Amino acid sequence: MEFEPKIVSFLCNWCSYTGADLAGTSRMKYASNIRVVRVMCSGRVDPTFVLKSFREGADGVLICGCHPGDCHYHEGNYKCLRRYHFLKKYMAQMGLNPDRLKLAWISASEGKEFAQLADEMAETIKSLGPCKVKEEMEIFD
Amino acid sequence: MSQKPKIKMAVYWGAACGGCCVSVLDVHEKLLDVVAAADLVFWPIALDFKYKDVEAMDDDYIDLTLYNGAIRNSENEHIAKLLRKKTKILVAYGSCAHMGGIPGLGNFSDRKGIFDRAYQTSESTVNEEKTRPQTETKMPEGTLTLPEFYNDVKTLDQVVDVDYYLPGCPPQTERLVEVFMAIVTGAELPPKGSVVGALEKTLCDECEREKTDEKVIKEFKRPWEIEDDGKTCFLEQGVICMGPATRGGCGARCIKGNAPCRGCYGPPSTATDPGAKMMSAIATMIDSDDPEEIEKIIDQVVDPAGTFYRFSLPSSIIRKTIV
Repeated sequence: MEFEPKIVSFLCNWCSYTGADLAGTSRMKYASNIRVVRVMCSGRVDPTFVLKSFREGADGVLICGCHPGDCHYHEGNYKCLRRYHFLKKYMAQMGLNPDRLKLAWISASEGKEFAQLADEMAETIKSLGPCKVKEEMEIFD
Repeated sequence: MSQKPKIKMAVYWGAACGGCCVSVLDVHEKLLDVVAAADLVFWPIALDFKYKDVEAMDDDYIDLTLYNGAIRNSENEHIAKLLRKKTKILVAYGSCAHMGGIPGLGNFSDRKGIFDRAYQTSESTVNEEKTRPQTETKMPEGTLTLPEFYNDVKTLDQVVDVDYYLPGCPPQTERLVEVFMAIVTGAELPPKGSVVGALEKTLCDECEREKTDEKVIKEFKRPWEIEDDGKTCFLEQGVICMGPATRGGCGARCIKGNAPCRGCYGPPSTATDPGAKMMSAIATMIDSDDPEEIEKIIDQVVDPAGTFYRFSLPSSIIRKTIV
């Protein structure tokens, strides 16, 4: 059986979730590996959420927010961008391929772009194979 | 005056530097109060008791055990389990037992990596036969044994049930005396699993340095790169200080000594992962919206994992590197 990755996606309420919604209402098809969690802002995505997703078995994490300059809360997406760079560096140190984490800007009108992004992300994670964090972190007696 | 029965107390070290045991001695003249209220029945650093003496004790014979040190090898684990059986109140004493501490940084590697470095590739080592420590070695006189070195470091509560956590590297002696006195006098104890001898709020809350609401920096600096005025918040001067992701209660001793916090008290109860909280907190301070510039600024933090998880790697979400 082909490996079907689990990709946890955090989408901001104002742009990206609406964009994903547009993809749905326009009946576009995209990879079903994406599991969406709606957050109010990409700035709400605490690095803990990302690490916890991997720890609980996610193979990839996707964060989507409003385009730079468009954040509903003015600068939440910039904060997310900075955290994202920190996380990437940290992940590389921990032996976790940084490509498993992706940040992208999706506006409310970009349903097609979201569907494309979801497909691309699923392809990337498929080529990386299953993420081993969950089994590696188990504590054996 | 009726004599209150003395409590029985044990102090043990697992994978530790010995500093926690010394911090118990740091009670100075209060040691007399301690000895007046407690019989020390097991304390390898100071008293000559053997493991078999502990094995001979009845279950729950010891009232209070301060276990310091992480679980690095099978001996640490064996004694942790033994003491758990013999003890009513088991306290994870100090950062190593609480979160893995400095020995926990061993989780950036594994057994093979550590053995290869220590017994092969280190500059002062000559080991042509590629000898490694063995748990059993047969000699003409009999079999020699060594504890098994584990693949990763664990915290105390990852191998046994722990009643309380007393954080710090080492814990503040005053806090130990408070906790000890609470147990001796039979005061009402906090719920099981509590972190005692520390605050619920972060270190920033008790830090006396001057802070502004708008923390913005363009550059991260090492402590020697700044001329510290002794008053301004370290983070505002660009120096990484673990204050925002660390429990208060230590009395900000490092800060008062003009050194930034390194996080030995661990995260406050509202934060599960100190490193993730720290990344979250200091990322907001970076004064740039340009991806390339942000990357450049973040590159100045040479070792984020080692800096943010200096004392807490084995207890964090990603508790070791994936080799």
